[in-house]
Amino acid sequence: MIRWLQKLYYPIQAGHYRLERHSMGLALGIIFAASIGGFVEIAPLFTIDETVESAPDMRVYTPLEQAGRDIYVREGCYLCHSQMIRTLADEVDRYGPYSLAVESQYDHPMLWGSKRTGPDLARLGGKYSDDWHVAHLIDPRAVVPKSVMPHYAFLADTPLETASLPARLAALRAVGVPYSDEMIENAARDALGQVRPDSDRGDEVLERYGDDTQIRNFDGDTQRLTEMDALVAYLQILGKLTDVAQVTESAAIEADMEAVQ
Amino acid sequence: MAAKLTFAERQVALLILVVIALVGLAMAALGAGDAMGVHGFIVLIASLGLIFVLGASLDAPAPTEDRSREYYDDPIKVGIVLAMVWAVIGMGVGDWVAWMLAYPDLRFDAAWSSFGRMRPVHTTGIIFGFGGNALIATSMHVMQRTSRARLAGQIAPWFVLLGYNLFVVLAVTGYVMGVTQSKEYAEAEWYADIWLVIVWVAYFALYIRTLARRNEPHIYVANWYYLAFILVVAVLHIVNNLAVPASFTAAKSYSLFSGVQDAMTQWWYGHNAVAFFLTAGFLGMLYYYLPKRAQRPIYSYRLSILSFWGIVFFYIWVGSHHLHYTALPHWVQTLGMTFSVMLLVPSWASAGNALMTLNGAWHKVRDDATLRFMFVAAVFYGLSTFEGSFMAIRPVNSLSHYTDWTVGHVHAGAMGWVALITFGAIYAATPIIWRRETMYSWKLVEWHFWLALAGTVIYIFAMWNSGIVQGLMWRTYNEAGTLQYSFMDTVEAMHPYYIARAIGGLLFLIGAIIGFYNIWMTARDVRGEVHTLDHPTGSEAGEPAVPVAE
Amino acid sequence: MMGLSHDTIVGIAKSFGLFYLIALSIGICVYAFWPRNRGQFDRAKHSILDDENGPIGGEESR
Repeated sequence: MIRWLQKLYYPIQAGHYRLERHSMGLALGIIFAASIGGFVEIAPLFTIDETVESAPDMRVYTPLEQAGRDIYVREGCYLCHSQMIRTLADEVDRYGPYSLAVESQYDHPMLWGSKRTGPDLARLGGKYSDDWHVAHLIDPRAVVPKSVMPHYAFLADTPLETASLPARLAALRAVGVPYSDEMIENAARDALGQVRPDSDRGDEVLERYGDDTQIRNFDGDTQRLTEMDALVAYLQILGKLTDVAQVTESAAIEADMEAVQ
Repeated sequence: MAAKLTFAERQVALLILVVIALVGLAMAALGAGDAMGVHGFIVLIASLGLIFVLGASLDAPAPTEDRSREYYDDPIKVGIVLAMVWAVIGMGVGDWVAWMLAYPDLRFDAAWSSFGRMRPVHTTGIIFGFGGNALIATSMHVMQRTSRARLAGQIAPWFVLLGYNLFVVLAVTGYVMGVTQSKEYAEAEWYADIWLVIVWVAYFALYIRTLARRNEPHIYVANWYYLAFILVVAVLHIVNNLAVPASFTAAKSYSLFSGVQDAMTQWWYGHNAVAFFLTAGFLGMLYYYLPKRAQRPIYSYRLSILSFWGIVFFYIWVGSHHLHYTALPHWVQTLGMTFSVMLLVPSWASAGNALMTLNGAWHKVRDDATLRFMFVAAVFYGLSTFEGSFMAIRPVNSLSHYTDWTVGHVHAGAMGWVALITFGAIYAATPIIWRRETMYSWKLVEWHFWLALAGTVIYIFAMWNSGIVQGLMWRTYNEAGTLQYSFMDTVEAMHPYYIARAIGGLLFLIGAIIGFYNIWMTARDVRGEVHTLDHPTGSEAGEPAVPVAE
Repeated sequence: MMGLSHDTIVGIAKSFGLFYLIALSIGICVYAFWPRNRGQFDRAKHSILDDENGPIGGEESR
């Protein structure tokens, strides 16, 4: 043991590990030249006040919605669907008011996307019924004949794993989402509560996440809490965590009208 | 593998493997029931396999010759083969998902085979599997030759190469199981990311220590590009992957960043992955293999230095052009656009430098498919950097963004530039590394060249068409002032282009399989002493254009 | 960084980059065109054309 440790030490002693001036200078030069641009562009964004609008009515995702978001990430939905409506007339006409930075301030990570093989989903919430979503996810081409979307029928048969939800919410709090201790403690309970309207558990969810929270059975299966429940709950909240975008748009239209007059 | 290691080195390697195996065992035990447990078993099996291989030859005689008098090419051989294995996997999955977009039921009735899970397998398989292995293998070739010195270390090159491939395996198997951070080109979860940092530090140390042994006063410029690749990718990888795991015994983690900050960080990473992984490293290849194969020094060494610093400095700013018209502050978008346009100068300086090097050697480009691979790669590099600067202009981007035009642009770069320069470099390096006079068959290199070129051209023309058509359809208004086309109308219009694209990809894949076969047969040296040239020649002496090894 | 206002940081970001760019460009041009470097650049670009003879001098001989 000691003998080969000595052998290990020999090359260090002999100076073969010496760092040479030219190559290290080059390395430092590269780091220096390359780091400025990133710093200049990214650092100011963290002095957040002027980057992100304020939205006092903004709420966090419920445990069920966050679980649905995790499924959305797991299945790679973001690869074909964006969640970022650009400030272009046709996009606003097609999808609704353009996206504001504040709307994704609790999105770790953001899912703005880069490709629209399917349509943008930033304001999907409330556009279709739960039944439509379930039927569409089980067999997209039964609902939209020319769709190229994969089917997600297995979600309806997969019970939602809720045991890890408190840890997941705690991790989200660690990166800046304002979940309370109570929310984290009851995360698994609240996930089930959100699909049990008119129950004590359901009322607790309303208490913790606000009266506008959508409490209902999402997947039509009243027996079980499935991944389908979670994903549909998430799809139905998209664009509805705050209505600041709608308010901003109507204010902008009014300002335009005044300017015209 | 073990024959060139001393007894002490074999013991050190064994110790490292035992530590990795124990980590794998811990992951398998603690992560049971989660994807992390499966990854633990993969780590355990991989390290036990290597322990077995090494242990079997632990007592074999130690090398007696002075190892520092010869280059260490064994890791390069394995790296080239691994690069080709990943090429076939990555391109195969890529073409499969391309067909899926045309015929969505062309898949297994199982969650793992959906587009959303397979697409990252394609991108990671190509960028990190094929591209990364090619970069590591060629960098080990270039650093030794330009330094006139042997690799610094006997174990380190193996640790870097095999450790890196373990990372790619963890990443790809993770996506199949639904383990992803959702950050494009940085999807691998936290423990795989940490492992890559360890491997990357070893890679940087190996590079710097080999350069420190050099017998040339000046560091040849190809090494600068490789170094920029290693260093900046390290910074990008660490920053963009900062995350808090939900549990240390499970794969799921949440990014430290959110919303607009996350978008900027992600595309600062995303575009600089293009810049420093897919451009800088491969320019290093270009600056070594192209002059060497053409047997002509680079046209202007000064220009290569100027464009190096231009690329390092300009590229880092341009990420925000992925976020035009979004909630990102306007001035950051403008900054990204401006630098994207300025980037054209150093990019074209590099492409022009490569083409001017060939000036006077056009007969070699005509006769030698290996050199032709590199020539066409330089042309595509020029084309796709022009296209990139163009698409970064805000109004152009309003049309191209979110459409297949972006996909076509990426593939003009990935197929036309990255893959072609890599194939050229591999065909140039393979006979040298395996001490063969030529490749097994120059005709197969020709076949590969024309299949790859045809596939690339079909692919990017299909995507230009589909992207521009869809972008225009989205913004078309009818006379009543409402949108003319529903989203589904535009999806339907894509169908013929998606078929054309998948055919283009298939040609490219077939070319890569032929290339792999050719490299394999060269390595096996089935022809024994009988060699033909790897290119036709008019010379009466039948001399190859390239001096053969030793 | 906490002491700086958003405006200050944006201001620095918007102006400093330009000066930095100019300084860097001048520095690199000086290096590339410095007459004494010409020799080693020429040597470097020719040296790769024939480098398969193995490492120059073994480690033990150094």
